[in-house]
Amino acid sequence: MITRFLIQGIGRLDLTFLGLLAALAVLVPLANLLLPENSVLHVPTSTMSLWGKYLCYALLAISLDLVWGYCGILSLGHGAFFALGGYAMGMYLMRQIGSRGVYGNPVLPDFMVFLNWHELPWYWYGFSSFPFAMLMVLVVPGLLAFVFGWFAFRSRVTGVYLSIITQALTYALLLAFFRNDMGFGGNNGLTDFKDILGFNVQAQATRAALFAMTCVMLIAGFLIARGIVDSKLGKVVIAIRDAESRTRFLGYRVDRFKLFVFTVSACMAGVAGALYVPQVGIINPSEFSPANSIETVIWVAVGGRGTLVGAALGAVVVNYAKTVFTSGFMAPYWLFALGALFVFVTLFMPKGILGTAQDWWGRRRKREPAASLAEPAPAE
Amino acid sequence: MIPAHATLTSSLLYLDGVSVSFDGFKAIRGLSLVIAPGEMRAIIGPNGAGKTTMMDIITGKTRPDEGTVMFGGSVDLTRLDEAAIANLGIGRKFQKPTVFDFHTIEDNILLALKSQRTVARTLFWKTAATDQKRIDDILGIIKLGDARSRLAGSLSHGQKQWLEIGMLLAQDPKLLLVDEPAAGMTDGETAETAVLLKEIARDHSVIVVEHDMGFIRELGVKVTVLHEGAVLAEGPLDQVSANERVVEVYLGR
Ligand SMILES: Nc1ncnc2c1ncn2[C@@H]1O[C@H](COP(=O)(O)OP(=O)(O)OP(=O)(O)O)[C@@H](O)[C@H]1O
Ligand SMILES: [Mg+2]
Repeated sequence: MITRFLIQGIGRLDLTFLGLLAALAVLVPLANLLLPENSVLHVPTSTMSLWGKYLCYALLAISLDLVWGYCGILSLGHGAFFALGGYAMGMYLMRQIGSRGVYGNPVLPDFMVFLNWHELPWYWYGFSSFPFAMLMVLVVPGLLAFVFGWFAFRSRVTGVYLSIITQALTYALLLAFFRNDMGFGGNNGLTDFKDILGFNVQAQATRAALFAMTCVMLIAGFLIARGIVDSKLGKVVIAIRDAESRTRFLGYRVDRFKLFVFTVSACMAGVAGALYVPQVGIINPSEFSPANSIETVIWVAVGGRGTLVGAALGAVVVNYAKTVFTSGFMAPYWLFALGALFVFVTLFMPKGILGTAQDWWGRRRKREPAASLAEPAPAE
Repeated sequence: MIPAHATLTSSLLYLDGVSVSFDGFKAIRGLSLVIAPGEMRAIIGPNGAGKTTMMDIITGKTRPDEGTVMFGGSVDLTRLDEAAIANLGIGRKFQKPTVFDFHTIEDNILLALKSQRTVARTLFWKTAATDQKRIDDILGIIKLGDARSRLAGSLSHGQKQWLEIGMLLAQDPKLLLVDEPAAGMTDGETAETAVLLKEIARDHSVIVVEHDMGFIRELGVKVTVLHEGAVLAEGPLDQVSANERVVEVYLGR
């Protein structure tokens, strides 16, 4: 599947995107580690981690685009899968602290000692192992998405109703993770990480490696998503988006196809969350807040849904704008600006930045706006 | 009308005493209909007679309140969902042509092409040479070969009708339900559609719903007249159009 599309289907835009990511993966860490700090090309560690964070968001956006842009499932709960992946990574990082915590307990994380717990809850078992934790990064969000989707898609919940229950899902998790007795650190979440795979998470080289890894995973996520949407399954999924019941009458079990993309997408969001946590140094319940999931939808809408590259672009552009905006005197108005942006894009650029740019580009090259829609066009 | 047991076992499609109501309104009341393997049947009837609703029942979109709906003499269609019924070999063309607007014409055919419909098979699908040949043949039959890479959404109403017929061909079902194939077509196109359907009927069973009497005459097959959700008359077109009740229903509407 992947090889076939690598040979024939990959577009110029995709190649540019992948090339850019590959270049970033190599050049940014090098510019951070090797160039002297006074060089114009030097990338400060904080900037690198900030961009690492944007790229995690880009992966989350691609995962959402897969379900929303291609399958028409407007998930307003994708932040939950992201956060669950993040917690799985956070649990691994907590276990790596060992006896270096404030209380010096070799097994229990500080917050458990503080709560007077005496043993590790069963669901923390195994998280001292990196491979196990990475497996959980995929399995936990994937399983939740599978179970949730199994019920929702079988009972043919669609449209606004589905969006609302995804929103309820992330809200329920927000409330649950806030509770101390859940065993995930309550509202403080998990933080004060020390090592990842034996390397200091704060060290410049580790951060450079995390950045490069984020680029690599974004490339991998993009290729998987592209492989899916370019396959025949991808065509079925678009058919479901545009004429769900027609697809059923062709004999496709719509619920299973939705379940497949929804689950894959949740796993992808989980990976994004797992990469995010060591780079920002904390995971807490606010990552489950419904507003986060809604913001993700805005990134995808701004970038251009149903294009994958556009989703990633939207995530980076909006988050870069957010950083600029919220670091100045206009900080209190960010949410208004975001809302206004969303309204503007919905009204005037329904295809988002990328879709609009592509239309404009296509028209310039053809110089014949949409004439092919009218009567028999020559075979291409 | 209670067909004998032998009628059931020798039938391809068997409806008996089927009723369905929407919010108290009985759209189908005691409908009985038997289609033999290989048969082509035309169904006529005034607007609201229940023709489309009958197709909805056969294809699993609507569950009947009562009655029997059997396929191939043994499969109870009222227990199956749309996908299962489609995979049994019942294909449908909708009254309002429904194609996948954002797919190319070729991809519309590909999606309909008879194949395993599982997630894994579609994910790893490779269009084999025989599949491509079949797609090309169908595109030729429905005269959309030159337009294959255009988006289906850009087609005219009549072309969409043909594309949907092409999708039916690709599905290669045992029974085709064709709802108003000639609607929105010019006389020339209508005549061509009749020829195409007769061609298809050579090796498929077909139920055609149509208002265009010229078209029905062209098909030259047994006609069933539906009225208020039940069969009013059945027989050759000349015979049913001479039927007093039928004339009354058509003039009285
Ligand atoms: N889902 C539904 N809910 C409520 N009423 C319905 C529904 N489907 C059909 N009806 C009603 O059932 C009756 C039969 O409709 P149907 O579409 O089967 O007629 P038809 O014979 O196909 O007519 P036409 O020739 O106009 O296509 C109509 O009165 C219609 O309004
Ligand atoms: Mg009808």
